[in-house]
Amino acid sequence: MSDLPGDLMYTSEHEWLRREDDGSVTVGITDHAQSALGDLVYVELPEVDQELESGGDMAVVESVKAASDVYAPISGTVLAVNEELGDDPEKINADPYGEGWIVRVQPAEAIDEGALLAPKDYQTLLDEEDA
Amino acid sequence: MGAKTPLYEEHLAAGAKIVDFGGWDMPLHYGSQKEEHHAVRQAAGMFDVSHMTIVDLTGERVREFLRNLLANDVEKLQEPGKALYSAMLNEAGGVIDDLIVYFMDEEWFRLVVNAATRDKDLAWIRQHAEAFSVTVTEQTDRAMVAVQGPKARELAAACIDDEWREQALAMQPFFGMEAGDLFVARTGYTGEDGWEIVMPATRAAQIWKQFLAAGIAPCGLGARDTLRLEAAMNLYGSDMDEAVSPLEAGMGWTIAWEPTDRNFIGRGKLQEKKADPDRQRFVGLLLDDKGVLRNHQRVVVDGFGEGEITSGGFSPTIGRSIALARVPAGDYRQAQVDVRGKLLNVRIVPTPFVRNGKIKIEGEIK
Repeated sequence: MSDLPGDLMYTSEHEWLRREDDGSVTVGITDHAQSALGDLVYVELPEVDQELESGGDMAVVESVKAASDVYAPISGTVLAVNEELGDDPEKINADPYGEGWIVRVQPAEAIDEGALLAPKDYQTLLDEEDA
Repeated sequence: MGAKTPLYEEHLAAGAKIVDFGGWDMPLHYGSQKEEHHAVRQAAGMFDVSHMTIVDLTGERVREFLRNLLANDVEKLQEPGKALYSAMLNEAGGVIDDLIVYFMDEEWFRLVVNAATRDKDLAWIRQHAEAFSVTVTEQTDRAMVAVQGPKARELAAACIDDEWREQALAMQPFFGMEAGDLFVARTGYTGEDGWEIVMPATRAAQIWKQFLAAGIAPCGLGARDTLRLEAAMNLYGSDMDEAVSPLEAGMGWTIAWEPTDRNFIGRGKLQEKKADPDRQRFVGLLLDDKGVLRNHQRVVVDGFGEGEITSGGFSPTIGRSIALARVPAGDYRQAQVDVRGKLLNVRIVPTPFVRNGKIKIEGEIK
């Protein structure tokens, strides 16, 4: 059973989003995703100020097993990247919703919540994957 | 659902993530692949390798048969129990499989071959055994556990009866011996000391539990792969196959060219390849940039041409990515690898990368 905070939004690609007070959005991968990938050894991050397009490439997370693309869940501009992942990618394994955050984005437009998953909908998706 | 080894229930009990491996349901890891890797380098780990195929060859002409079948020469095996690593080639000089052969006695040799190649190996061996009146018997109802690491033999020795234990502990590397209903060999696939132990399927769970209680960490196929990559041991199907010459897969040292009149299968084509000046090199790569090398990535050597990574991954011991690669002929020490469209810098380094817990790479690791 993976950890699933109730105050976040999720995607079917196993990413989470958190709205910050300043209107920016922090993005990471879910506990389920880090668990499936296993020990992370490298994270390829975007550049600050880079423009992201929803559904386009945003980052790559690599575990001992495999490389996995992380897609931008929304369009916007990269405000910050988690530089600490460069030396310590396992922060994602240890704390996927906290110190393991990946990117902070300034959304290009109002977030379309209909395109994202509420916690209970993401849980349903996980249950279906397990079945 | 795939085939299950006699230890399948033990894997579930230990929390294994199970994956399909050549038709077998095998443990990938039991939580952390990296911790399992370090356990083997620093102390002791155990792997269920019961999926591997054990074939006994018996008959008066068995030595003569194997001198024809294998590219290495079993004439090197004169002391009972001595083991030899060899390629088994087809007529075109490609690798049907790599295997270990044990000299049991003058009318009995034992082979351990890969799981994924079992059917074609057995067919090939049987096809050629007939002319030598050699009997081919697959050993079934067995389990095989590899205990590996600097403390592995010491921690595992209690499973061997008193009568045999001292002799087993004194056994030299690359020997095997029967110890009651066990077959114990000082071999492995990790670059560490240890044993591979063949046991009756009925005793497997009890011995596995005994090893667990002794503090030997259960390890999955994930750690097995990073350990063997650091040790620069080839993986059949990745580093070589029937379309690849052993001379282009780092297996030149396993070919016994002398005596020149020993006519093993594939010898003719192999000699042609040996004389070919454009023969590809098989090398170790160390990634100097950040990132991870993976199988099938393109290797670019300025002025020489292109090659391909055959096994790539992250080395938990070194803390950087390493790979085995087939690259163009020529004298050079630097190359680049195409990782998702970016050319990253790699150094060509001698192998193994790691042996007996120690990093063997010379020079600075950035």
